[in-house]
Amino acid sequence: MEALILARLQFAATSSYHFLFVPLTLGLSVLVAVMETIYVRTGNDIYKKMTLFWGKLFLINFAMGVVTGIVQEFHFGMNWSEYSRFVGDIFGAPLAVEALAAFFLESTLLGVWVFGWDRLSKSLHAAAIWLVAFASTLSAFWILAANSFMQEPVGYIIRNGRAEMTNFFALLTNPHVFYQFPHTVLGGYATAAFFVMGVSAYHLLRKNQAEFFLRSFRIGLTMGLIGTILLVGVGHFQGQHLVNSQPMKMAAAEALWENEAPAPLNLITLIDVKNQTNHSTIQLPALGSFLAHNSFTSEVKGLKEIQAEYETTYGPGNYIPPVTPLFWSFRLMVAAGLWMILISLYSLYLLRKGQLAARPRTLKALLWSIPLPYIANICGWFMAETGRQPWIVQGLQKVNEAVSPAVSAGAVLTTLIAFTLIYGVLAVADLYLLTKAIKRGPQELPTDKPLASKKEASLWT
Amino acid sequence: MDLNILWFLLIGVLFIGYFFLEGFDYGVGVLLPFLGKNDQERRVLINTIGPFWDGNEVWLLTAGGAIFAAFPNWYATLFSGFYMALFLMLLALIVRGVAFEFRSQDERPAWRNFWDIMIFVGSLIPALLWGVAITNLLRGVPIAANMQYTGSFWTLLSPYTLVGGLATLLIFTLHGAIFLTLKTEGQQLAGARRAASVLSILAALALLLLIILSYSNTDLFTKLGAGIVFWAALVTLLLACWLIRAGKSGWAFVMNGLTIVFATVAIFWGLFPRVMVSSLNPLWSLTVSNASSSPYTLKVMTIVALTLVPVVLLYQAWTYWVFRKRVTVKDLKY
Repeated sequence: MEALILARLQFAATSSYHFLFVPLTLGLSVLVAVMETIYVRTGNDIYKKMTLFWGKLFLINFAMGVVTGIVQEFHFGMNWSEYSRFVGDIFGAPLAVEALAAFFLESTLLGVWVFGWDRLSKSLHAAAIWLVAFASTLSAFWILAANSFMQEPVGYIIRNGRAEMTNFFALLTNPHVFYQFPHTVLGGYATAAFFVMGVSAYHLLRKNQAEFFLRSFRIGLTMGLIGTILLVGVGHFQGQHLVNSQPMKMAAAEALWENEAPAPLNLITLIDVKNQTNHSTIQLPALGSFLAHNSFTSEVKGLKEIQAEYETTYGPGNYIPPVTPLFWSFRLMVAAGLWMILISLYSLYLLRKGQLAARPRTLKALLWSIPLPYIANICGWFMAETGRQPWIVQGLQKVNEAVSPAVSAGAVLTTLIAFTLIYGVLAVADLYLLTKAIKRGPQELPTDKPLASKKEASLWT
Repeated sequence: MDLNILWFLLIGVLFIGYFFLEGFDYGVGVLLPFLGKNDQERRVLINTIGPFWDGNEVWLLTAGGAIFAAFPNWYATLFSGFYMALFLMLLALIVRGVAFEFRSQDERPAWRNFWDIMIFVGSLIPALLWGVAITNLLRGVPIAANMQYTGSFWTLLSPYTLVGGLATLLIFTLHGAIFLTLKTEGQQLAGARRAASVLSILAALALLLLIILSYSNTDLFTKLGAGIVFWAALVTLLLACWLIRAGKSGWAFVMNGLTIVFATVAIFWGLFPRVMVSSLNPLWSLTVSNASSSPYTLKVMTIVALTLVPVVLLYQAWTYWVFRKRVTVKDLKY
């Protein structure tokens, strides 16, 4: 039992940590590619400076994403061997395809991009970063297709005591992945957009290279606006899908104990898990029904009813995930998303009036908004993974059946402590390098052309 | 041919790709403190593998993913069983990966020295541990009837497997040294040549010892073909020794590369049809049959792999072509 809790903690810690770096990689690769494309199209050196400056930040972040991703690939076998045996027939395939189709491309082409400034033509060099961006996104699809099987198993049959794949195409067209994939990728775009906007705001506050950072800001804002607005839309439909596919997760996220028709939307409430009820609730009537079913009168199932249904289907046990943290993480994520839309719209308004650089309070707010998408990303994953408890694969395998029997609690504790320490040190080093590069700002391109081509490759060295 | 046999071969190929390619970048990492006397020289050394190491590492990740997809029981038993060893390797790969990226982002000597040490340690540990790991697969580890590993971290360390580790460490380091003779100039070229000539003798001795010990520790030589290939690995290594001294670096690289290929082939051949030998009872060994995925999954994965692997080979080869020039101090960017 103790090994189970430690293994869960370790998975939560290493996965969350990994996902601090992935979203920025997803979004910033696209932004850097856009910047370099503008440079290739216009020949304007400011966009080359931009590519190099944001590219450097991209690389520092990318390295962390890669190395923490290696752990993810081996984690399942190390701590979750019985899970691996049970779903390996299905779950291993997308992971292997991810490595073959996406990760190879991403890593190889990034090397080309970093070292290839003076070895490739301008357009080929820009194509390299576009391929990196494409490969990152493709990589996300395969990983999320794997994760979606855990949320909503499809295309399988239980045979020989394990889940065996019967339809690879069903795995790829899992309805769940069609919400989760855009949601995750758009989350990455929003993260990168707010990173670029926030860093630009930092320099605009200091009246440092205003033209450079206003142009960067505009590119970031474009992605931020499109990203966050689409994000909220996708999130809404994903929620509606989850009401049907994982009703327990959504009922917990809404802290809805009883069946209600129409169901209200709880904005804030004190959750009493022991007595399975809420106190001091502030709620909007019928909005819960509308969000779930697009109707102001329909019934939404509560936790107690779903628990009773699951007991009939799966046997006795507690099928209710931790309601309080789910409820609050959901609200935190939505609040962050709404704030991001509002501040994006307001920045657009100021930018159009040409007043953005003269509004220190807005700029400060933008700077301090950099962490928000990160918080929203982690809250979203917390909801997705914790909301599925006690299952590791929804309806098929429980978490306590999945852990490695060959690994002792002591071994898991040792690795947990070591990972935490190393990850902590790396986080400090990463933040130090990022802030240092951000504060230094963009570097002038050397005027001497032959030298210039050498300076450019200094992203790496 | 059954698809699970094809996948056993394909995983063998992925490991060959991984050992061949990342072998030399581990080697360069191990040689970093010895051949890079100052910051500038170390930067030259790192830049020789800079564009490649990350792409090379994906071979390992793909091999891991392929084992998971094609042989879930192998993946589960291996990774939960070799837990601490694998964990050490992950730590090494983590610090090594960030070190390449972080070391030059700050001017301070203490900062650079720290990450250079991390590159050294992070290259040394996996180069050593892979030898320990694959010789353990072949020699056998305690695996019970329920496919669970029942040993500890210390079970994995025996004189035989440590010689295995030493052999991969030396062969990979030699591979790195020969690679550097192809990618550097001047003083560093001379240093790399000297290192290659010493290392080639040491690597040959280690491989000879490994082959001799394999007679008593494993059943590899019950298969004539596997035995011949294993000895062939030593022959190509001796050829590499001679070619290094004759100044034919390109051919030496090919020969030492063949040593890596042959030794890996020999071990996989010796394993087959098992994927992990049980030292408790031969019947409890994991095999290509009892560890494998369903025929349907193997079919899907076969189609995917046969489509994508050639494409990957093509563009990776292209990057080696793009960065074929030698790296010198003059190329460093200031």
